[in-house]
Amino acid sequence: MSLNPAVAAGTRAVPRRRNGPARRRRAHGRRSWTGWAFVGPFLAVFAFALIVPIGYAIYLSLYRQQLIGGNAFVGIDNYKTALSDPQFWASLRRVLLFLVVQVPIMTVLALLAALALDSARLRWTPLYRLSIFLPYAVPAVVASFMWGFMYGTQFGLVSRLRSFFGGHFPDPLSSNWVLGSIGNVVTWEFVGYNMLIFYSALRAVPGELYEAAEIDGASQLAIVRWIKLPALRIAIVVSLVFSVIGSVQLFNEPEILHQLAPNTIPTNFTPNMYAYNLSFAGQEYNYSAAIAIVMGILTVIIAALVQWYGQRTERRGTA
Amino acid sequence: MTATTEKPALTAGRRPPRLARRAAGRKRHSVVLNILMTVMLLYAVLPLFWLVVNSSKSQTALFSTFGLWFGGKFALWSNIHQVFTYDNGIFVRWFANTVLYVVAGAGGATLLATLAGYGLAKYDFPGKRAVFAVVLGAVAVPGTALAVPTFLLFSKLHLTNTPWAVILPSLVSPLGLYLIWVYAAEAVPTEILEAARIDGAGEFRTFLVISSRLLGPGMVTVALFTVVATWNNYFLPLIMLSQPNWYPLTVGLNEWNSQASTIGGEAVYNLVITGSLLTVIPIMATFLYLQRYWRSGLAAGSVKA
Amino acid sequence: MAGAAAGLAIAGALAACSSSGSSSSTASGSASSTTSALQTPTTLTWWAWAPQDKQLVTAFEKAYPKIKVNLVNAGNGTAEYTKLQNAIKAGSGVPDIAQIEYYAVPQFALGGSLVNLANYGLSSDKSQFSTAIWDSVNVNGQLVGLPQDTGPMTLWYNQAIFTKYHLTVPTTWDQYVADAKKLHAANPKEYITSDTGDPGFTTSMIWAAGGHPYVTSGSKDVTINFTSDAGTQKFENMWAPLISGGLLSPVAGWSDQWYAGLANGTIATLVTGGWMGVDLETGVAGAKGNWRVAPIPQYSSGTTATSENGGSSDAVLTASKNQAAAAAFVQWISTGQGAQISADSGDFPAATSILNSSSFQDQAPAYFGGQQINKVLAQASSDVLSGWSYLPFQVYANSIYSSTAGQAYTGKSTLTAGLQSWQQQSATYGSSQGFSITSK
Repeated sequence: MSLNPAVAAGTRAVPRRRNGPARRRRAHGRRSWTGWAFVGPFLAVFAFALIVPIGYAIYLSLYRQQLIGGNAFVGIDNYKTALSDPQFWASLRRVLLFLVVQVPIMTVLALLAALALDSARLRWTPLYRLSIFLPYAVPAVVASFMWGFMYGTQFGLVSRLRSFFGGHFPDPLSSNWVLGSIGNVVTWEFVGYNMLIFYSALRAVPGELYEAAEIDGASQLAIVRWIKLPALRIAIVVSLVFSVIGSVQLFNEPEILHQLAPNTIPTNFTPNMYAYNLSFAGQEYNYSAAIAIVMGILTVIIAALVQWYGQRTERRGTA
Repeated sequence: MTATTEKPALTAGRRPPRLARRAAGRKRHSVVLNILMTVMLLYAVLPLFWLVVNSSKSQTALFSTFGLWFGGKFALWSNIHQVFTYDNGIFVRWFANTVLYVVAGAGGATLLATLAGYGLAKYDFPGKRAVFAVVLGAVAVPGTALAVPTFLLFSKLHLTNTPWAVILPSLVSPLGLYLIWVYAAEAVPTEILEAARIDGAGEFRTFLVISSRLLGPGMVTVALFTVVATWNNYFLPLIMLSQPNWYPLTVGLNEWNSQASTIGGEAVYNLVITGSLLTVIPIMATFLYLQRYWRSGLAAGSVKA
Repeated sequence: MAGAAAGLAIAGALAACSSSGSSSSTASGSASSTTSALQTPTTLTWWAWAPQDKQLVTAFEKAYPKIKVNLVNAGNGTAEYTKLQNAIKAGSGVPDIAQIEYYAVPQFALGGSLVNLANYGLSSDKSQFSTAIWDSVNVNGQLVGLPQDTGPMTLWYNQAIFTKYHLTVPTTWDQYVADAKKLHAANPKEYITSDTGDPGFTTSMIWAAGGHPYVTSGSKDVTINFTSDAGTQKFENMWAPLISGGLLSPVAGWSDQWYAGLANGTIATLVTGGWMGVDLETGVAGAKGNWRVAPIPQYSSGTTATSENGGSSDAVLTASKNQAAAAAFVQWISTGQGAQISADSGDFPAATSILNSSSFQDQAPAYFGGQQINKVLAQASSDVLSGWSYLPFQVYANSIYSSTAGQAYTGKSTLTAGLQSWQQQSATYGSSQGFSITSK
C-alpha cells in the first residue's frame, strides 16, 4: 500500500494550514456537491431497482384487484387482513422460531471456528479456512438439490443411516424435523462466510496486545475473553443483523425442498413463500404487497433491535 | 450499521506482522482442535463430495447405488457430454448468459459500490446519514415481494426477458457499499486527499489516480461477494425471464430438475447433478483465486490500537 | 423516507398509465380468414413444454412455409401459468398460443384472456371429440381452446410384483384396498401406490366416483361442496383407510425417489392418466417388460366410469396480434395433420378418430410386454363421465392443497377434515376475488 511519492513529497513540502472559517465553509460547499457525485450513480440504480418497486408495492397494497370486479382503492384493508391472517402469523412464528435456533447455532459455530483458525494451533489452517468457506460459493438452488437428494429416505444418505441404525433414524423432511433440516442447509451454506467475517476481525487485532498479555501471564482463555471477543463485538453484530434479515426472509431453500415434501413444507411455510404464492398462483398482488411491506417493517424493527442490543453491550463492554 | 462515529479499524498497512506473536508463543498443535475442525471440514465438504461422486453415475445407477460412493459404470464423461449437447446445447448458452450477468453485474456493482462508499467515507454532505439508512431499510423489504412490482415496472419499460432485467437489479450491493465505506475511511488518509486538493487536482482525478489504488483489496473483496451473488442469482431471473435463451445456470438447472414432472418429460437427474457440478466449479475457482484478498482487506470491526 | 415517497409518486404515475385489464374476445375473424392467414408471412410464439412439440413445429413449418413458429418452453404447468399471468397483467410478452391444461382453462378464460375460437369457425370440430373432452375447452359458451392430448384415468400395475405376491388385478376398489393390505403385510417396503396429496389426483378420483363438488353457473356463481357431495364421500371412504393405515408410499410424486420406486417395484401401481405410458417408457427404463395397464377399479362391479387426469389444450391469447394464423395453427395441431404426428410421438390423443384407429389400437409396445395398451386406454377415454367442471381459480386452489388437505398425509388431520379445510380456503379466496361463492 505505497503512497504516491509525489503526493507524499507534496505533503511534506507544504505545511498544512488550519483553514479559516470562511475557507472551510466554501470548501464544505464544494465537497457537498462532490459527495453526491460519487454516491449518485449508486443511488440512481438503487432508486430504480429498489425504491420505485417499494413505492409501487405500497401503492399496490392500497388497492384490490379482483378477478370479478376490477380494481378498487381499499385503503388499509389489506393491512388489516394481513394482521389478522392466521396463516401469516403462523408462518411468521415459524421463521422467528427458525431464527432463534438457527442463527445462534450458526454464529457460535462460526465463532468457534474463527477462534480455532486464529489460535495458531491448527496444522493446516489455510485448508480448513478455505474448505469451510467453500459452501458459500454454492448456489442455494444447488445446495437445496444436494441436501434434498441426501435427505431421501428411500435412496438417499438417510436411507443408509436408517438401515445402519435400524430404522430409527428420523425422516429429515417429516414435520418434526423439517425446520431443523432446512436450518441445516442454511447453516451449511453460511457458516463459512460468518467464520471469515470473524476471522478477519481477529486478524486485525494488533500484535502488541498479545505480547502485553503474554508478559502479564494471561492464559489462552483469558486472552480469548478479554482481547479476542471484544475485538469481535462489532463483527458479531454485523453478522447477526445479516443473519437475522436472511432468516426472516427465508425463501429459497424451503421453496426448492417443497417439491420433495409438499405437505410438510406447504406453500405458506414462510411469510415470503406465502406472499409469493399469493402473487403468482393466486394473482393477489395487492394483498401480497401488503404482507411484504409488513414483513419489511418487521425485519427493520428486528434488525434494529439486534443492532441496538449489540451496541449497548459494546458500550457497556468498553469501560 | 447506521453512521456511527466510531470507525472500525482497518488492517490496511497498520497490522504489525504476526511473526511477533508466533515467535513469542509456543507453536503447539492442539489435537482436539484439529479433530473438531476436521469434523467441520468434512461437514462442509460432504455434499460437494456427493456431487462429484454422483456426477459419475448414469440416471439408472443414481437410484440403485449407494449415494456416497461410486457405483455402476463410470459415466462422468458421457454425462458431461450430454450436459453440453442436451436440447441443442442450451447449457452452453446458459453458461454464457451467467458469465455475462456476472461480468456486467458484479463488475458494475463493484464500481458503483466503490464510488459510493468512497463518497460516503471521504465527503461530508447533507443527507449523508439518511443515505445509508435508506439503503439498509430498502434491503430489509423482502425481495420476493418486490418481485412482482419490479416485474411490472420492468415490463412497462419492455425490459423483461432481456439481460437488463437481470443485470440492473444486481448492480445494487448494499454490502459492498458498507465494506468500501468502512475500508476507505482508513485506507485513504484524508491528508493525501487534502494534499491533492492543494495541488489543484480535481476530486474525480484524485479518486482515479490515487484513491482507487489504495482501495484495491477492498474492491476485490466486494468483487468476490458480488461475483458469488450474481453467479448464484436465482429468484429474480426466474421471474423476469420467460425464454430459456436468457436463463442463467441456476434457473436452467431448476427447469431440468422439474422437467421430470411433466407429462412425457424426461427425467434427467443425472444431468441436473452433473450440471450442478459444472456450475459450481468455475465459481469456486474464481472464489479461491479472489479470497486471498479478503485477508489483507476488511475487518468489520476490531479493536483500534 | 423521502425516497419511498418519491418512489410512490413515480409508481403511481406508472400505474395510471398501465394498460387496463382484460378485454373480452371480440369477433374479428371467420373460417376463411384462417386459410388466408396461413398464406401470410407471420411469426407465431407458442409457449409449450411437451417435448414432442418440436416435431409438430417442424412439420407445420414444412406444410406452411410462410409461417414461422417460435416454440418456447416457459416452464411446465404452474410455472408456465405464472409467467403467462404475469405477462397478461403486464400487457407485454404474451405469446400467441399457449399450452394450457384443462384444469387451468377456466381460470384464463374467465379473465377474458383467451380468444373465442368459434369466431374462426372452429366449433365445427366438435364432432371430433368426446363430450367430456369438448366440455373441457368450452367455458361460458365460448370455445376457448382445442384439445391436444388427454389422460383418461386407468390402472397401471407392475405385473412382476403382482405375480410375486399373488395379487389379483383389481376390478373394484374393494379388491384394490385388499391388495394394498396384502402387499404391505407381505413386505413393508412395498406399497400399492404412492400418494402425498395431489390435488389433480384427488379431483380426478372424485370425478371418477361421479362427484360434482364444483358447480359454476354464469361467470360469477360458484358452489363448492365436498361435505355432502356423494362422489366425494365415496372417494373419502375408500381412500382414507389407505392413508391412515400407512399403505401409501410417502414418496412425493415425480421426484427422483418416485421414479426409482417405480423402477424397483416398491410402488406397485399407479392410478393416473393415459399419458403415463410414455413417461414409464422414458423414465423407468429399469422396469421394462413389467408394467401393464387395466381399466380403473370401480366402486361397484359392472360399471365402467372413469375421469380425466391432466391433458392439455392449446389456446390463442387475446393479446395476440396474429389471431387468425394462431387459430389455424391450433386447429392443425388438434384436428389436422398435427394430431397424428402428436399421437405418433407419444402424446395421448384427444381426437376420437385417432383413438379408434387400428394403427393406434394395434400397437403392442415391448415395454408393456406386448400388451395392446391403447385398446384399454381408448376404451377408458370413451368411459369418461361428462358433466365435470373445475373452479374458475383452480390453479390457486391446487396451490393451497398441500397446506389444507395435504395435512391429512402428515397424520395431522383426516382426509374429510382436510378437504373441508380446502373447501373453506378456496371459498374465502373466491369471495375475495369477487365471486359469489356458496360453500355447502
